[in-house]
Amino acid sequence: MSYLTQMLGLTVQNFLSAATGMAIVVALIRGFVRRSADGIGNFWVDMTRSTLYILLPLSLILAVLLASQGVVQTFDAYKTVPLLEPVTYEQPKLDAEGKPLTDTSGNPLTETLTAKEQVIAVGPAASQIAIKQLGTNGGGFFNVNSAHPLENATPFSNFLEMLAIVLIPAALCYTFGKMVGDTRQGWAILAAMTILFIGLLLPAEYSEWKGNPAFASLEVDQTASEAQAGGNMEGKEARFGIVSSALWATVTTAASNGSVNSMHDSFTPLGGLVPMWLMQLGEVVYGGVGSGLYGMLVFAIIAVFVAGPMIGRTPEYLGKKIEAFEMTMAGIAILITPLLVLVGTALAVSLTAGKATIFNPGAHGFSEVLYAFSSASNNNGSAFAGLGANNPFYNTALGIIMFLGRYWIAVPVLAIAGSLAAKKLVPSGLGTLPTHTPLFVVLLIGTVLMVGALNFIPALALGPVVEHLMMIGAR
Amino acid sequence: MSKLIKPAIGLFGLLSVLTGIAYPLAVTGIARWVFPEQATGSLILADGHALGSALIGQPFNDPKYFWGRPSATSPFPYNAAASSGSNLGPLNPALLEAVGARVETIRRSDPSEARPIPANSIPVDLVTASGSGLDPHISPAGAEYQVNRVATARGLDAERVRKVVANHTEDRQFGILGEPRVNVLRLNLALDARR
Repeated sequence: MSYLTQMLGLTVQNFLSAATGMAIVVALIRGFVRRSADGIGNFWVDMTRSTLYILLPLSLILAVLLASQGVVQTFDAYKTVPLLEPVTYEQPKLDAEGKPLTDTSGNPLTETLTAKEQVIAVGPAASQIAIKQLGTNGGGFFNVNSAHPLENATPFSNFLEMLAIVLIPAALCYTFGKMVGDTRQGWAILAAMTILFIGLLLPAEYSEWKGNPAFASLEVDQTASEAQAGGNMEGKEARFGIVSSALWATVTTAASNGSVNSMHDSFTPLGGLVPMWLMQLGEVVYGGVGSGLYGMLVFAIIAVFVAGPMIGRTPEYLGKKIEAFEMTMAGIAILITPLLVLVGTALAVSLTAGKATIFNPGAHGFSEVLYAFSSASNNNGSAFAGLGANNPFYNTALGIIMFLGRYWIAVPVLAIAGSLAAKKLVPSGLGTLPTHTPLFVVLLIGTVLMVGALNFIPALALGPVVEHLMMIGAR
Repeated sequence: MSKLIKPAIGLFGLLSVLTGIAYPLAVTGIARWVFPEQATGSLILADGHALGSALIGQPFNDPKYFWGRPSATSPFPYNAAASSGSNLGPLNPALLEAVGARVETIRRSDPSEARPIPANSIPVDLVTASGSGLDPHISPAGAEYQVNRVATARGLDAERVRKVVANHTEDRQFGILGEPRVNVLRLNLALDARR
């Protein structure tokens, strides 16, 4: 893609999709705040303000900081530099039409070539990376995203890019508390998200740090020390090591970002299970800009509904009664993506077209497909990149699922917002379940985990869990 | 209906110009002005010629050079126009075969092969492909492992080589972020300049 296409096509979309997420979440919050109202705000006003006052200034600062670390930002053509030591390599010989040539017995012909130069891809990367991280849009300027040294040059640029992913989604929890007039409500949501995040980060770090037991017989030293990161280094960069790589994988899938700084396909089975499950939970642990919070608020509605009958009262949240209509919509919102993921995966592994481009053999191959559908339907974008997804089958299947997963959740969420806004405020009484307490935080975490576990444990058992058992069994 | 569509198109046009053209141009202008070297690829210059990029690794096979991370880019390793990892799963037989072959190569290149080598002594980053295929760094352990070979190939004292390595070892950034690392291309350029 030309630099202009990247700028006009992708950078603009990066801004607008994040602004849209913010517009939807404030509409939902207004649903809680407004009483007997017939409106929940103006989309154009919210979107313009989000872009001009939040996204643009933050992006500008972040982009310049990234450039200071060595992230490229230039309109120059690709740079050509000499190789200190030329490298010889073999590649298939092609005829005039680009088809591989074969000798008389049908073996492919190869030619030996020598590369004396290196062509280094550059471009206006920093400006696009800044907004794709802040807007939790993901993807990358280069093929390997933020594993590329010119997209993520130093540990500090890595830290900034990770911080940018969770910055706005986490801050919106406070916005929520402010808008409903009780910041404790916002802190409770943020606490639930953070506890889930840390709880899932630790096993991912541990699993990657332990390394690959299959290397034990190969004289390889995987022990972490002052002189090396050790652990499972396949697909990881030396400057990031294990800690920053597993942390990034957790952050990028907790939020619906999806840019990577290491190759998730080469993670250990449990190290790969964590990012996969975080996406499957519905991207509500911080989540996307706006979409994370509205997803979590839907879970909060379900949590009070589950708890309501226990204390013998009609469930209410922030003074609004939760009734059959809200529950139906909340149910639809949390069940759309699991349905898309599971049906999509089942379809892909039953069809020849779906199985044809699986890259790794065995249980890991199933994980590749499950990861692809989890990522597409939850608007993540990271991948077990070995899976060949650039073909008619996966382009169509993942495209449809991405569209349904992203937009059809916004519909029930906005329906809840409109319905809540029209309701009267119920004064809280003795039977009201307070929603700013540790008890409610536990209840909320339990609801998220319960839904995620019931939906996905069978599928996860077929992929990463089986692979893990094979890995420790092979020792 | 046109009441809804008009502001949509107008706003989209306006925001496109602002975020798609003005914003990247502004960042490019500032970066060019304040961080001209970093923003254009961190090239290592000598007499006005680029010798490579400090952030993009290069392939090395010669015993007199330190070798970087294995690279999975095609058609040749460290192809900086097509970054790529191997994407091999941890139990993929192809991964175990590749790592085994790299262990074999790196051990055969070591002049001290005759002396007993402690079990499990090859630093993992020397035999596993990096995420980008362009990783400019190796771990200090990975450099230390190669000191003997490089010193022998260059007819230098191992301690002298070790000193050059130490000069090119970066600590964790701000003492806490990332991992200690050695820039392979800078190290090899420094060794060549010594002669």
